[in-house]
Amino acid sequence: MLETLKRVFLLDLLDGLWVTFKTQRTSNISTEQYPKDRPKVGERYRGAPRLNINPDNGETLCIGCDLCAKACPENLIVVGTERNKETRRLDLTYFTYDLSRCMFCGLCEDACPVDALELTQDFEMASYTREGLIWDRQMLEEGPRPTRYTR
Amino acid sequence: MTNHLETSEMLLNMGPQHPSTHGVLRLVLKLDGERVKAVECVIGYLHRGVEKIGENRTYMQFAPYVDRMDYISAVSNGLGYCLAVEQLIGAEAPPRAQIVRVLFAELNRIASHLLWLGTSALDLGAMTALFYTMREREEVLKIFENYCGARLTTHAFRIGGLQYELHDTFEAETRAFSEMFKKRLDEYEKLLTKNPIWVERLKGVGILTAEECKSYAVSGPMLRAAGVNWDLRKAQPYSGYEQFDFEIPVLHGADSYDRYRIRIEEMRQSLRIIDQALERIPSGAIMAKVPKVLKPAPGEVYVSIEAPKGELGYYIVSDGSLHPYRLRVRPPSFVNLASLEKMAVGALVADVVAIIGTIDIVLGEVDR
Repeated sequence: MLETLKRVFLLDLLDGLWVTFKTQRTSNISTEQYPKDRPKVGERYRGAPRLNINPDNGETLCIGCDLCAKACPENLIVVGTERNKETRRLDLTYFTYDLSRCMFCGLCEDACPVDALELTQDFEMASYTREGLIWDRQMLEEGPRPTRYTR
Repeated sequence: MTNHLETSEMLLNMGPQHPSTHGVLRLVLKLDGERVKAVECVIGYLHRGVEKIGENRTYMQFAPYVDRMDYISAVSNGLGYCLAVEQLIGAEAPPRAQIVRVLFAELNRIASHLLWLGTSALDLGAMTALFYTMREREEVLKIFENYCGARLTTHAFRIGGLQYELHDTFEAETRAFSEMFKKRLDEYEKLLTKNPIWVERLKGVGILTAEECKSYAVSGPMLRAAGVNWDLRKAQPYSGYEQFDFEIPVLHGADSYDRYRIRIEEMRQSLRIIDQALERIPSGAIMAKVPKVLKPAPGEVYVSIEAPKGELGYYIVSDGSLHPYRLRVRPPSFVNLASLEKMAVGALVADVVAIIGTIDIVLGEVDR
């Protein structure tokens, strides 16, 4: 009997609707207004790669050991080095990073023994061309150009 | 004058673009009016050859790819793969790493069940649930992002332990989530469990008895909804699950409605495990001694874990080289999907949507 009454007056539905109305306060809105408000990503976020430079003298930290290229599952890092006759060390000649194939797994970052290669918190990496996604050494060191939105 | 209706059978393609097939599953339905006479699954639209990729990568390099099979529960995939390779090389993760792994796997179970609940409720017309479940899932994903830097394809674990130490706010975040989520679960139940439309749509739909479940090798919540008490976390504990006090929910309805209730209850049990694990994270190393270049001795290993969707197994054959000789994945969704024909024949077209929903498939895992 009680069940029938409950069904006739749709009490269960009201119970459910109460949950809906409880969340009508504007403080409960969790939508992000992305291009207007940029979301704050986690500290360890794995985004656009960066090749760190020594802030004192502007020289690259990369020692050209090729470990990142070996660790990469997609083989998308190419490191070019040259043996310096005087210092007997490897000098970095070029460094390319193909973002179009990158899956941001972070293995290159883990492999780097001197913390030169790093995945940063940048997440805007779109490009109009495929070539634009292959970052060279300059792009990796200076970072992508800042994006400006205009209407 | 003859005046009779055409009553021939009709072939209907459902998918691969149909939203209720949860991805790119194509069903060829043979219909007699609204009744399903036969159903044929056409899969392979998302095939990327993950197993073959595994044969061409080193053991460490393949780890990110397993996240991309069942991308909704990437952590569980990673856990299974790491356990399999660890068994192959004879290493074991330190106790701290094991407990943290359990924590993340259970958080991932909640995230996976939440996405399932939201989307399958949406399929059946209950749109509200989706917004709530996505909101709570976001909290879990934020914990993942703060821990390892990615939300979905996490690559959280490494062979031999963990790469990252827990972040400072982890405990507070997880406790806050657990506290909040207990109340939210009751809200979901208020929305759905006794909702007459929800009950009508699910009760008695897609019955798969215990015997049929076993003959189809169905695992996970579907099996437990049919009354079989089988959960690999209890049956063959891995990664320290034997230390935790939790129950395996078992129901006997064997229909879609019980599968829904099982998953709700599993989320409650996951919260229990999370609460216990937070209390007893030991200090110590997070990475076992694992050689930088993995070259396992020739041999083979099969390790299976209880992923949110069922038994997830990894079978790896090593020939002593840097790459696996063969890598085979036993995905829960693929095996569970095979039982669709048994359940859907004789049902209405609208019920097929409910049945697919409660199998809980991810096409990335079915097609690999």
